[in-house]
Amino acid sequence: MSRVLVGVKRVIDYAVKIRVKPDKSGVVTEGVKHSMNPFDEIAVEEAVKMKEKKIASEVVAVSVGPAQSQEVLRTALAMGADRGIHIEVSGKDYELLQPIHVSKILAKLAQDEKADLVILGKQAIDDDCNQTAQMTAALLDWPQATFASKVEKTADGLTVVREIDGGLETIKTKVPAVISADLRLNTPRYATLPNIMKAKKKPIKKVAPKDLGVDTTPRIEVVSVEDPPVRQAGSILPDVDTLLSKLRDGGHIK
Amino acid sequence: MFARYSSNLARSSQLRRFQSTLVLAEHNNETLNPITSNAVTAAKKLGGDVTVLVAGTKVGPIAEAAAKLDGVSKVLVAEGDAFNGLVAEAVTPLVLATQNQFKFTHIVAGASAFGKAVLPRVAAKLDVSPVSEIIDVKSADTFVRTIYAGNAIQTVKSKDPVKVVTVRGTNFEAAGTGGSAAIEKAPEGNYKSDLTEFVSQELTKSDRPSLTAAKIVISGGRGMKSGDNFKMLYDLADKWGAAVGASRAAVDAGFVPNDLQIGQTGKIVAPELYVAVGISGAIQHLAGMKDSKTIVAINKDPEAPIFQVADYGLVADLFKAIPEINEKC
Repeated sequence: MSRVLVGVKRVIDYAVKIRVKPDKSGVVTEGVKHSMNPFDEIAVEEAVKMKEKKIASEVVAVSVGPAQSQEVLRTALAMGADRGIHIEVSGKDYELLQPIHVSKILAKLAQDEKADLVILGKQAIDDDCNQTAQMTAALLDWPQATFASKVEKTADGLTVVREIDGGLETIKTKVPAVISADLRLNTPRYATLPNIMKAKKKPIKKVAPKDLGVDTTPRIEVVSVEDPPVRQAGSILPDVDTLLSKLRDGGHIK
Repeated sequence: MFARYSSNLARSSQLRRFQSTLVLAEHNNETLNPITSNAVTAAKKLGGDVTVLVAGTKVGPIAEAAAKLDGVSKVLVAEGDAFNGLVAEAVTPLVLATQNQFKFTHIVAGASAFGKAVLPRVAAKLDVSPVSEIIDVKSADTFVRTIYAGNAIQTVKSKDPVKVVTVRGTNFEAAGTGGSAAIEKAPEGNYKSDLTEFVSQELTKSDRPSLTAAKIVISGGRGMKSGDNFKMLYDLADKWGAAVGASRAAVDAGFVPNDLQIGQTGKIVAPELYVAVGISGAIQHLAGMKDSKTIVAINKDPEAPIFQVADYGLVADLFKAIPEINEKC
């Protein structure tokens, strides 16, 4: 029986059209709908499934971020995680927080909590970094199973199918290990109302990065955040013949 | 004129002394992955010497191909069973040993599944913050990348002593092949990892060009209705010498394998011509294709967001339009 640590990040909801701040310092987050990073929902689902299959004994959800991060922890608890740990980082410190800081926090927690598995999403849909799982594994000197689309417990470790550029790849890893979840690992469940009510009673421990001995000094300075170039409006064509002649004129096809 | 020449020379030799880049080669033990060539171009923009590290179970031809890339001054090779499947746990200590010996200022790889898996692991070991999937180099420490599924462009300045960077292949030209770099051995060591064992790969077989390198990409979405209907797109792709891609909806519905997915969490493509068929154009899909030169959308819904980025739109039933195009091409 093992303990699973699962990382969840609060991000702007995936369906929101983001707006860049006029001073180019970042994107507007105030008053914008936030939710759990979609890849993290998949990570939570996988951890909870492991508990249901009795592979895992306890699922601990961890979130690093401002006070509102407790909402995503509650969501994870409602999906079936047993308890939460909130590492509070807010304001300017949070804006400049990077995967290197989060992975140091997660690595320390994995040791303190004696976790056997850390499951994270493969990337957060806000910074699109795709780094935290790999860095956490490196800091712990654990194997990494990135972009996982299937995870099976075997007698001596895990067999993981990974999504790679040309198709799929199967690897075997020892445990403890770090897994990063790809979209096709599973379909996350919806938290039911009774489970949401129950989740309110589950414990969330609050910890500061300095309690874990993690220095969150920024390593990267954000020089600017700008809108991407806007494409020139195109035209609606009446029929296939016009389309083909346009493509021939453009030299795209013969 | 002579004075100007010598001051340029002085400046460039000074740059050479201060900047040196290690590029991780990606390959399948048979051919060098083209993204390595794009990464070399990005490395050249950083200034200074460019060294390519080739690790694998069989690397002779790969090392030779890497040595021909313009701008590469040295190729380091590491051959052995330890690199079977190029698992991150074995490649990382090799990169660290190489870094330890040569003290590069930059470590670079293509932002492919390989580069994304390995470089953050290397960065954590060096205690530096990596920069993912850059689309431009402003200077040796300042890079441009996209965030929020390509809906914002972020310029970042790294304060770390070693810059660990992955490069979006479609934003950098491929390096030429007129070079003749020296090939040397990478630092020896026992890189075999007992943490992870590579078992197998199931690669999607296709005679069509690879998605990220194709000049034309034809993509199908939920509107294709079934995997069988993708045959229309394959037929057209064969006529045009195009690659076939898909939206997440088409992959999730099981129409096509996941490695065809284009978008924020799939592949990023920027072909000369992108034809979106039965794709609505969700933010996440646009992230993967909106840098295409010319975009064509074929969709029966005139309100579909894809028409906002399309150069040419055809509001039509794809089951009529695609066969008609097939017939007339």
